[in-house]
Amino acid sequence: MKEPLIQFKDVYKSFGENHVLNGTDLSIYKGEITTIIGKSGGGKSVLLKHIIGLLEQDSGTILFEGRPVSDMNKAERKALKRKCSYMFQGTALFDSLTIYENIALPLKETTSLSDSEINSRVRDKMEQLDLHEIDEKYPSQLSGGMKKRVALARALITDPEIILFDEPTTGLDPIRKKAVHKMISDYQQKIGFTGVVISHDIPDIFNISQRIAMLNDGRVLFEGSHDELSTASDPAIKEFIQGMENRHEKMDCIPSVAEKGTMAREQAFAMPGQTGFSIILLHLENLNEITMNQGSGASKAILNSFVSKAHDCIRATDSCFFYGQDGILILLPGLAKDNAEIMCDRLVSMINIRDILDKFPATNFCLFASASFAGAVSGNRPEEIIAGSEFKQSKKYKFSFCNELEGM
Amino acid sequence: MVRLSALINPLTALGRGTIFIVIEMGRIAIFFLRSFALIFYRPFQLNKIMQQIYFIGAKSVFVISLTGAFTGMVLGLQGYYTLVKFGSTGFLGAAVALTLIRELGPVLTAIMVTGRAGSAMAAEVGIMRISEEIDALETMDINPIRFLVSPKLAAALISVPLLTALFDVVGILGGYLTGSVLLGISPGAYFTRIETSVILDDVTGGFIKSVVFAAVIVTICCFQGYFTHTRTEGFGAKGVSISTTSAVVISCVLILITDYVLTSFLL
Repeated sequence: MKEPLIQFKDVYKSFGENHVLNGTDLSIYKGEITTIIGKSGGGKSVLLKHIIGLLEQDSGTILFEGRPVSDMNKAERKALKRKCSYMFQGTALFDSLTIYENIALPLKETTSLSDSEINSRVRDKMEQLDLHEIDEKYPSQLSGGMKKRVALARALITDPEIILFDEPTTGLDPIRKKAVHKMISDYQQKIGFTGVVISHDIPDIFNISQRIAMLNDGRVLFEGSHDELSTASDPAIKEFIQGMENRHEKMDCIPSVAEKGTMAREQAFAMPGQTGFSIILLHLENLNEITMNQGSGASKAILNSFVSKAHDCIRATDSCFFYGQDGILILLPGLAKDNAEIMCDRLVSMINIRDILDKFPATNFCLFASASFAGAVSGNRPEEIIAGSEFKQSKKYKFSFCNELEGM
Repeated sequence: MVRLSALINPLTALGRGTIFIVIEMGRIAIFFLRSFALIFYRPFQLNKIMQQIYFIGAKSVFVISLTGAFTGMVLGLQGYYTLVKFGSTGFLGAAVALTLIRELGPVLTAIMVTGRAGSAMAAEVGIMRISEEIDALETMDINPIRFLVSPKLAAALISVPLLTALFDVVGILGGYLTGSVLLGISPGAYFTRIETSVILDDVTGGFIKSVVFAAVIVTICCFQGYFTHTRTEGFGAKGVSISTTSAVVISCVLILITDYVLTSFLL
């Protein structure tokens, strides 16, 4: 049986009358990304601060490689701290230092590297995180998203073994969110660090996590894999997951018209390829025609309506995005291509064209949609998968949705 | 029962207050000792110390010169009109120099440094605390006290005695300006009296005071900022403002108390 790297055993922590951790049990395994989800103010950050030693538990034990941290001497704790890196929710960048100095600080203060070595490492990291020409700027001169990336660069600069991310994507736009997820996932595959992520980005964050823990009222309500979470029967878990997904999907699926194409591509591109998944790409073929006859408002309403219907039909763990001007991309994690086709059949049968067209009772038109599919495994580039589904790998289906009441 | 509790309650409050003060003094002492010891922890933070010397020392030169000059001028005026009644205006130089070197130089310099640099230290450290920057240092395995407080302490221990010396010299020249240039005392008498009356113990005493005051200023101001988050009377920006105010008030009061204690030992 696998030995946990970090283990919480019956940990309690209170701040005055506020009991934050109430007998928390949690295992974090080496080389895995563990995501901690739960309500805001539920003690997730407090839990994370216990790992790095910023807070001490009132009772209970925290074990590192099977040894209680409380039994470690000063040098051992120092060594443990050096293995960890922490990305703060509020970035915690040093306001009086420039961006370059912020990122270089851990190297300058804790290593004996030469200035040129530090310089090259910082430049590399800034390059990787798309941070250009901001070396001499101060954190207050940057946008929230950029600050997050700088904080991430600072957390990664020492190549730590354990990285603790406290809401790394909060406040970022959906494109940046996906980019950060991809970056965490890529780095994890490359360096193999152990990650603990606090996140509300459900279900996107599941794509990069091997384990998920749900914290509720200071106790771990659920601990396990993504699949186990999908099948969890506890109503509290279901309610939380569903609630979070609905909120996020609405944000993801109904962006402004201008963002539609780019966003879908970026999101699909940012999709991690560590677990098998398949995609359905739906095209509403005569949407242009509808735009010409009925106006762009009608086509936009139809597309939005179609997406929201599709969203109601897919599984809780699936996600859907706009793709181009007339496309909808549905991601189905853990599902083979054949099953995606079955899923699509079911989806189409569940969509009632009248619901979609009922906003235009006086109109008389048909809606044609074509669907293509592709399966993917680890290592596939999402854009190749999409291109494959569009041109060669998949056969095309054709469904027609007509407003029968109008006598089509 | 009511009477008994009326008798006990003030005693309880007094006891609680005393325990709090003793604990706080202990914490401040430990904070100082750690900050001082970490100055010598390798690698030395020479760059940071130089930056702080610039901030605490070099940038205070103007304000110290100004206050020193006017203090000396006022002493010259007051001293002249007092001494003239006894026909001993020749002692003005000695009066001005001894007052400045023994008392006013170290005390006023320390109070000026508290106002100029101490308040800034408390606010800076306090803001770093509330914006989790100090926590960030800890997670990076950078000792926050060594990183933030030790360079300030080292710089103050170097700068404050130098600023005090500057204050004394400018003050003596201020006294000369009013005593000799404006009121006509012989410059030779003024400076000869200084030379004959000021002994090395006076200078050493003033130097010891300025070193102690430097330690008091940095310890109190950084301590107040460092523990901003534990304040119960205000959080966030309000907490920082209370910390800054407390830092200045406590430093000034402690400077005067320490001055009395040191004077009684040095005399």
